[in-house]
Amino acid sequence: MLHAIETMEITKKFESITAVNNVSISVKPGELFGLLGPNGAGKTTLISMLSTMIEPTEGRATVWGFDVEREAPRVRESIGIVFQDTTLDDRLTGRESLDLHGRLYGLDTKTRKMRIQDVLSLVELSDRADALVKTYSGGMMRRLEIARGLMHHPRVLFLDEPTLGLDPQTRLHIWEYIKTLNKAEGVTIVLTTHYMEEADHLCDRIAIIDHGEIVALDTPEALKDMLGGDVIILELEKPEDKSRLCEIYKKNGTAKIVSEKNGEIFITVKNGEHQIPHILYLASNAGVSILAVSLRKPTLDDVFLHHTGRAIRDRAATEVEQVGYKIRARRK
Amino acid sequence: MVKATLNRAFQTVYTMWLREMLRFWRSKSRIIGSIATPIFFLIFLGAGFSSSFQTESGSPFDVSYLAPGLIGMAVLFSSMMGGVSIIWDREFGFLKEILIAPVSRFYVALGKAVGGVTTAMIQGLLILIIAWLIGIKYISIIGVIAAIGVMFVSGIGFIGLGIAVASKIDSHEGFQMVMSFLTMPLVLLSGAFFPISKLPAWMNVLVYSNPLTYGVEALRYFLLGKSVIPISLSIAVIIVFAFAMIGLGGKTFENTKVT
Repeated sequence: MLHAIETMEITKKFESITAVNNVSISVKPGELFGLLGPNGAGKTTLISMLSTMIEPTEGRATVWGFDVEREAPRVRESIGIVFQDTTLDDRLTGRESLDLHGRLYGLDTKTRKMRIQDVLSLVELSDRADALVKTYSGGMMRRLEIARGLMHHPRVLFLDEPTLGLDPQTRLHIWEYIKTLNKAEGVTIVLTTHYMEEADHLCDRIAIIDHGEIVALDTPEALKDMLGGDVIILELEKPEDKSRLCEIYKKNGTAKIVSEKNGEIFITVKNGEHQIPHILYLASNAGVSILAVSLRKPTLDDVFLHHTGRAIRDRAATEVEQVGYKIRARRK
Repeated sequence: MVKATLNRAFQTVYTMWLREMLRFWRSKSRIIGSIATPIFFLIFLGAGFSSSFQTESGSPFDVSYLAPGLIGMAVLFSSMMGGVSIIWDREFGFLKEILIAPVSRFYVALGKAVGGVTTAMIQGLLILIIAWLIGIKYISIIGVIAAIGVMFVSGIGFIGLGIAVASKIDSHEGFQMVMSFLTMPLVLLSGAFFPISKLPAWMNVLVYSNPLTYGVEALRYFLLGKSVIPISLSIAVIIVFAFAMIGLGGKTFENTKVT
């Protein structure tokens, strides 16, 4: 098979709003693929279409070779999904949740028993397996949902904001599980996130999505390299020296992009840490004294900014509202 | 191929049934509450009625008259609850887990119905036993067994109705509406608390178009040996109602959406 997932100009419209607009992507088998974008960018809508929860308005998509519209049951057999909001029955124990899931996916008794042990130990919940889900913490619930999504050996696992609302330590843990199961179980993973560190740390390739459209798609390194490399920032003792120094760097060919702002010089170069000595040498040769040097590696946020003119962080406030909703939903 | 499909259908129904049983087993306070209400009705309403009212023949009101009605009421309440619990599954997300599974939604609905009707029958049966313990006499053991069958069939009907309603409602606020505007009128217009032989004409129309009336009448026939509506008609109505509602519930559930 060529692609684990392939979408061809897939579009979803809700009345007047176009949530996903002409998206064509393909995900390779075994890949850990990320959809990065702010809240409301259309990530969840795209995943909902791929997991047959909603139908596309236009275009086509296949998952593991099956058409999401015409072969929905085959698609459902091939995928596992962890939704953004919890979908656990909190009056069941962890083990019962997994067992019922296994039954719904047609696993026999022996397979279920073995598989429950495997997935529980993968997410380190074996010792809490027989406690009721309502006694679990948010992180444990998420881990149980990941375990459940894996129960039936899916070919493709969808994770919709897998670490939303979790504390940093739990987040690191979940990252480990995601990496492990991608490598150890060989399952293709598609995750959505608006945390750039998450996408950067985990994904083989990232599609940056904004207003329902893919604005960039590549490996995290390539996306960042597209910006031209690292940024070295120089703070001068005498601001009046800055234009002279800029000229030197440009003429010298050290860096293609040199700019100045608020008395600081920004130099974009590849391999920043190796360039610093040379840059300082040129400055001292010219008799310009430098107060401070800093090196900044580009982040995916810079990439997002570059493509959309906005920072992902601008929209992060809504996350607090979503977490509030989750807490309310748990109180029954 | 056919065998595999059947096997899968059975697995689906069984899984959903199993879940309902696990939940039921864990909600003991709910079980006690659902039995307590009809028992209080039986004892207090019975004592009040028999001290104030008398039958046409002049003998005092017979408390046992209430027993079939209260069993019917308990079956109605817990069946409707069983169907309407889909609203909660939607609210708390579990519905997504079911809807994304590669199984027929019709069998999911059927499994939910069988699970709900099991809990309804357990509750009906407990009331039947408690009523017997406090002195109500049933005509025969065969009658009691037939009454259990009636509980099952009418329970299926109401759970189907509950599923159909719940599949259309997407908030738990709607649940109170269902309970007030569907369940209460069904009970009050069923002859669970009063004889249906001498009602005003406008009420007669409502009572005779209420499926619960036929369920209660059938229970009364099998447990006490007397009923106003012929037993063959009662049974025919509850069976047709059960098939119609489970069909409707299954169909509506197939098209339900989650966001």
